[in-house]
Amino acid sequence: MFKFTIRRMLQLIPVIVGISILVFLLVHLAPGDPIRLLLGEEATPEDYARLQRIYGFDRPLYVQYFSWASNAIRGDFGVSIRQGVPVTALIYSRLPATMELAFFSVLFAVTFGVPLGVLAAIKRGSPIDLSSMVLALLGVSMPGFWLGLVLLTYVALNVDWLPMFGRGGSVFYGIGQIFTTFSTEALFDGFRYILLPALSIGTAMMAIITRLTRSSLLEVMGKDYIRTARAKGLGERVVVFKHGLRNALLPVVTIVGIQFGVMLGGAVITETVFAWPGVGRLIVNAISQRDFPIIQAGVLMLAVIFTLVNLAVDLSYALLNPRIRYD
Amino acid sequence: MLKQLVKNKGALIGLVLIFFLIVVAVFADFLVPNDPYDMDIWISYEAPSWFGEDSRYILGTDDMGRCVLSRIIMGSRVSLMVAGMATFAALFFGVSLGAIGGYMGGKMDALIMRFMDLILSIPAILLAIAIVATLGPGVVNAMIAIAIVRIPQMARVTRSMVLGIKEEDYIQAGKALGFSHFRILFKHILMNCFAPIIVVATLGMGTAIVVEASLSFLGLGAQPPIISWGRMLAMGREAIRSAPHLTLYPGLAIVFTVLGFNLLGDGLRDIFDPQLKQR
Repeated sequence: MFKFTIRRMLQLIPVIVGISILVFLLVHLAPGDPIRLLLGEEATPEDYARLQRIYGFDRPLYVQYFSWASNAIRGDFGVSIRQGVPVTALIYSRLPATMELAFFSVLFAVTFGVPLGVLAAIKRGSPIDLSSMVLALLGVSMPGFWLGLVLLTYVALNVDWLPMFGRGGSVFYGIGQIFTTFSTEALFDGFRYILLPALSIGTAMMAIITRLTRSSLLEVMGKDYIRTARAKGLGERVVVFKHGLRNALLPVVTIVGIQFGVMLGGAVITETVFAWPGVGRLIVNAISQRDFPIIQAGVLMLAVIFTLVNLAVDLSYALLNPRIRYD
Repeated sequence: MLKQLVKNKGALIGLVLIFFLIVVAVFADFLVPNDPYDMDIWISYEAPSWFGEDSRYILGTDDMGRCVLSRIIMGSRVSLMVAGMATFAALFFGVSLGAIGGYMGGKMDALIMRFMDLILSIPAILLAIAIVATLGPGVVNAMIAIAIVRIPQMARVTRSMVLGIKEEDYIQAGKALGFSHFRILFKHILMNCFAPIIVVATLGMGTAIVVEASLSFLGLGAQPPIISWGRMLAMGREAIRSAPHLTLYPGLAIVFTVLGFNLLGDGLRDIFDPQLKQR
C-alpha cells in the first residue's frame, strides 16, 4: 500500500505541471489587453510601457511562465490587476467557504443517495423504486444553479429563518462553539446559510449516487457469495448490508471522485446565485474585469483540489479493494 | 432498432420530447404567440395567465414587458444549436483522436490520451468558463468551449472500442488483403464502434445544454438581442421577489430538454447493451 501511495503521488507532479501550463496559456492567449483596460484610452505610451514592465507582459511567454510557476510554487500568485492586493490572500480568504460548501454538498449527496439507492434495490419494481428512479432522473437533468434559483424563490422567500444570499459563520466553527461555549447559535447561523446552496449543488450528485447504488447492489445481490450467505441461514438484513452493500459501494466511491469535479464546476455558478463568498464567485467577478492573475490562480487552485480529491479516492479505493494495488 | 426504441418506454418519451423540441425550434417563427422582441414597459412583470391571473400572456411578461412564452420558444434555437454544433464538433475531433490513438498505439496514443487526461483534470464547466473568458463572450466562443471540454470523453470511448476491435479476425484479414490503414480504421473499425459513440453523444447533448445555459447565465454565452434560456434565468434572478415566473419557466424548458436527451441516451444504451438492462 505504501509503494502504491508513493507511486500515485509521484504521478501527480506531471499532471499538476500540465494543468499549470494549460491554465497559463489559456489566459495569456486572451485577445483583450488587460493593461489597456486598466489604464483607459487616454494613457500615455510611457505609462503603458511602465505597467507592462511591472506585470512582466513584455517578456517572452516561456519566461513569463517560469517566473509565474516558480512564484506559484512558493504560494505567490502575483497581485490582482484591479484590486491591487495579493491574489494568494484573496484566494485563501475565499477557499474555506468553497471547501465547506463542497463538503456539505457531498455529505448531503451521500447521506441521501446511498439509502435511497438501497431502498430502491431492495424494493425493486415497487412504487418506492419507481419514484426514486424518477427523482434521480430529474435530479440528473436539472442544472444545479436553476434548482438554487427555484429554492430561493419558493423556499427562502417563505421561510423566515432561511436567508436569501451570503454566508454566515463556518459550520465547523459552530460545531466547535458547542463544546467551548455550549451554544448552538453559531452552528445554526452557519447551517441556515449553507443549507440551500448545498442542496442545489448536491442534488445532481445524489441522483447519480442513487442510480449507481441501486444498479450496483442489484448486480452484487445476484452473485454466488450472496447465495452462499443466504444458504448459511443468515438474516436478509445481514446479507444485504454486510455482504451486499459493502461490495456494492466500491463503484460509488469512484463516482464520488469523478463527480466531485462536476460539482466544483457547478459550484462556481451556484456561488453566483447565492452570493456565496467562495473562489467560484471570485473567478466569475475577475472574468468580467479581465483580472488575469485571479483567474489563473483560481482555476489552478480548483483543478489541483479536484486532482487531490481524485488521489484520495484512488487511495481509499485501493484500501477497500486490495486487487487494485498490484496492477 | 426503431422497434426496440418504441418498446423502451424511457427512450420513447425521450425521443418524443426531443422531436417536439426540434419542431418548436424549427418553426419558432410561426409558433410564437407574440413578438418575442416587442417591448412595452407598461405591462412589465405581468403574471402568467394560466394561473388564473388576468393577463394576455400565458407565461407572463418579463422586465421589458416581453412575452415570456415567445421568448422561451425562440430560445430553444440557441440552446439546441449551440449544444448540437458543439457536440458534433466534439464528436468529430474526439472520435478522430481516439481512433488514431487506439489504432496506432505507442507514443502517439500516450501523447493523445495524456492530453485528454489533462483536459479532464480541470472541472468541465470551469474550463469552459475560462476558455470563454479568454476568447470573449458570444455564441461561437461558447460553442468552441463546450466542444473542447466534451472531446476527451468521446476520445476515450472511441479508443477503448478501437482497442477491442482492432484484434478481431476480420481486421487482420483486411490487413492481410493489403487495405490501407485509413480504409481499415474508418470503414471497418469505426463502423463497428457506432453504438457506444451514439450513446455518449446523446447523453453529452444534455451536458452541453446545461453548460451552455450556465455560460449564458453568467453572461458569457449568447449576447442580447439573441434570446437564450440561461440569459433569461439571469434576468429572472434580478426580479426573484416580484416575478418568480421569470426563473421558473425558462428553467423548466432546460430541464425537459436535458431530460429528453438523458432518457433517449439511457434507452439507447439498454438497446445496444442488453446485458446492462437486465440488472
